[in-house]
Amino acid sequence: MSETLVERDVLERVIGSALERGGEFAEVFVEDRATSSAVLDQRRVEELSSGRDRGAGVRVVVGDTTGFAHTADLSESSLLAAAHAAASVARDGGGGVRRASLGPLVNYPTHAVVLPGDVDKAKKIELLRHADDVARSEGSSITQVQVALGDSTRRFVVANSDGVFAADHQVRTRFNISCVATGDTGMQTGYRPIAGTRGFELLTPDAVGDAARGAARQAITKLAARPAPSGDLPVVLAGGSGGILFHEACGHGLEADAVMKQASVYAGKLGQQVASPLVTLVDDGTVVGEWGYLAVDDEGRPGARNVLIENGMLTDYMWDLLRARKEGRRSSGNGRRQSYQHLPMVRMTNTYLLAGDADADEIVAQTPYGVYVAQLGGGQVNTATGDFVFGMTAAFLIEDGKITAPLRDCNLIGNGPEVLQRVDAVATDFSMMPGTCGKDGQSVPVGTGQATMRLSSVTIGGTAS
Amino acid sequence: MSELLERAQQLLDAAKGPEEIEIYLSSGVDTEVQAYQGEIEKLSSATSSGIGIRVMVDGPAGARVGTAWAGSLEESAIAGTLREARDNARFATEDEFVTFASPDGVAVASLQLTDASVLTTPIEEKIAMAIELERMVRDGDARIRQVDSANYSDYVAEAAIASSKGISAAYARSGAYLSVEAIATDGKSDQTGWGLSAGRAPSELNINEAASDAISRATRMLGAVKPASMKCTAVFDPRTAATLLAIIGSALSGEAVVYGRSFFANRVGEEVASPLWTLVDDPTDARHFAASAYDGEGLACRRNVLIESGQLKGFVYDTVSARRAGTASTGSAVRGGIGGSPSAGCRALQLLPGDIDQADLLRRVGYGIYVESLTGVHSGVNPISGDFSVGVTGLMIRNGELAEPVREVTVASTLQRMLLDVRYVGNDVEWLPGSAAGQTLAIDGIAVSGS
Repeated sequence: MSETLVERDVLERVIGSALERGGEFAEVFVEDRATSSAVLDQRRVEELSSGRDRGAGVRVVVGDTTGFAHTADLSESSLLAAAHAAASVARDGGGGVRRASLGPLVNYPTHAVVLPGDVDKAKKIELLRHADDVARSEGSSITQVQVALGDSTRRFVVANSDGVFAADHQVRTRFNISCVATGDTGMQTGYRPIAGTRGFELLTPDAVGDAARGAARQAITKLAARPAPSGDLPVVLAGGSGGILFHEACGHGLEADAVMKQASVYAGKLGQQVASPLVTLVDDGTVVGEWGYLAVDDEGRPGARNVLIENGMLTDYMWDLLRARKEGRRSSGNGRRQSYQHLPMVRMTNTYLLAGDADADEIVAQTPYGVYVAQLGGGQVNTATGDFVFGMTAAFLIEDGKITAPLRDCNLIGNGPEVLQRVDAVATDFSMMPGTCGKDGQSVPVGTGQATMRLSSVTIGGTAS
Repeated sequence: MSELLERAQQLLDAAKGPEEIEIYLSSGVDTEVQAYQGEIEKLSSATSSGIGIRVMVDGPAGARVGTAWAGSLEESAIAGTLREARDNARFATEDEFVTFASPDGVAVASLQLTDASVLTTPIEEKIAMAIELERMVRDGDARIRQVDSANYSDYVAEAAIASSKGISAAYARSGAYLSVEAIATDGKSDQTGWGLSAGRAPSELNINEAASDAISRATRMLGAVKPASMKCTAVFDPRTAATLLAIIGSALSGEAVVYGRSFFANRVGEEVASPLWTLVDDPTDARHFAASAYDGEGLACRRNVLIESGQLKGFVYDTVSARRAGTASTGSAVRGGIGGSPSAGCRALQLLPGDIDQADLLRRVGYGIYVESLTGVHSGVNPISGDFSVGVTGLMIRNGELAEPVREVTVASTLQRMLLDVRYVGNDVEWLPGSAAGQTLAIDGIAVSGS
């Protein structure tokens, strides 16, 4: 197969045909994705699975209307049929076949060193067993261990009527381990992920061993957990644990699609102080190797580092091609799609809060009573109101400036704009975490990051009074 | 025999070798229309198909399974998929309990779950519905300042399973939905509400119902405040109750139980819930949107009673988890599309309705919190430990009636406690998309975290 999956002249004819009913913009996105996964459960290799997905999506834009169709068949006739279906939203007839002319191909290579296809399956299993051994060696209270690893190799080419013609080769590798510890108080869980836009070199035995130990210890520690408090308390987020909070609490509200529909609390607030001066928030697709890294976005725009909030002031939103066109500006490289079967929309890449200059231990020491969050689980936000929730999957009480009793899982809840104002300390120990972001039914890999920091008050949804 | 099943049989015959093989095929047609400010914002149409192959090899200590899938039914893709599945089978651990389903003689329910009008209704009519839905919400109340999205969507999906163990099953389903999210404002702050209407065909949809649902949910939240922390009775509306049932259902999966990942493990026969609580998983009830004649391994779906008058009766099993537990499959294999292997899960849960309506239920509760939406369910509920803590929006209940709206609040308990603390079960069953139907539920002893 050619490096562009479909020949240039075919792509040009498909774009031309997509515009024949009067569309203003047309795009073809061709994708070939190979994935593999392996799961070890109860010490058994339960399953190795391999998958292959290949196809193309065609979209046509006329005014504020987008038509979209996709096909798993990459023959010219099928692509033309998809173009025709996508063009059905353009009802003005006009024009007949138009010629599209693509610019030179911009080809983005992968940074992966060890490609998934070159890894012996037996070696993957060895790694799974290693993780299982390490986790179980942490104590007999570890009763369940589930380990999974997976990789995906995604090649795509995107071509549009503006002449954009880009090809990317994305390799991603992930690992995660879940442990259950059982004691007199019932069962508790521990979890650790490793994920990056890298090849198999990401999963060194040391890295995997550390994750396994971390997950096992987390579950064992939580056996002694007491019910979390209920009500408003200061919260210290450990470095790397809470970036997701900013992804949810403000990142989604800074996506131009929500902003342009006036469905975001941040609409119309450019240039205003929306956060504590300690907050500088960046979305950055250029962090090589991170889970949300992209050389080029799914619309052919190179990934970029975009400062969204600087010292508390709102400086910009995130943009995809469609929203940027309407505003007469350039996309910020945030146009992403789950697959060729999905339309691109504004999505985050790696979203992080810049480190500050406080000392992480000092922040805890200066908190008389509160909650220390070592790991946040998933979260959810209503962009129109800014209200969000997050699960705390590893948390402790802070009493007299010291981290004390572990707490049972519970949610914390707050409001994005309010919480941004309540950041009252940011430390230097920055680190990042991988995650999966869901929006309108599409999932994409993202990174989040932050240094140890304190929020002066957040509502903790526990059961203890 | 359906065309898809014929194709699966042919592929099975062609693939035959020394090992056991299962072929799973799926195909579907989808349409989605999104309206915005009186125009079509998005119109998407697609057909898709795919294949999942599982290969099982017997060894001295049990069987090994390898799987592979492809999002295409082209010859070359199928050949590659079979090769990968065979290769993957080499690396699995031999397991005495692993096998493919064999026909078990259970009668297959006769269900009509597809409506051809999904395919024959002109696209113009579908577009008109989305645009009308948007207009009705926008014009329905002066406080609605924006309609974030108004959608019409539909699908027809078909699947076929054929295996060397003699499984031969095909099933299809159609669905049509209207959904809308409204943003209301009182000039000081905004609130959102979403409305839904679902059916198996476009003609079953009720635009008015979806629109007024979104409008009332958004507008009655205006002025919402954060209440004081307290312990009280929580009343879950049918939608949020359905979410609750689905979570409880995940802990009733035989797979979670045999792997020690359920707080219900080893408790069959015990009183795990209030006597008001009878929970069944019944995919053969055609009223349920997730109804199905066959499960994910091609066995007949059947009605399984899980909890009866508070007593734990049993779990749902697929073939492998059933063998591990020393029992038989309950026809409850679910699989997540072509890439997923079968696992045990609830498909169509329903709680037996009580005998009071919502108004009566609220009157009897007197004081508490009425829950209209849940957030953070995937992060705040742990079906292994049973810890439960979720963000909610809703209304206070005072003097037996709905009172002021509340937001930025969490409700917490444990699933174990909540089941025992069920005080009233409503008779207002709503059939909803997803794995559970729902009705109004009142549960005592809920910790509410506010200010």
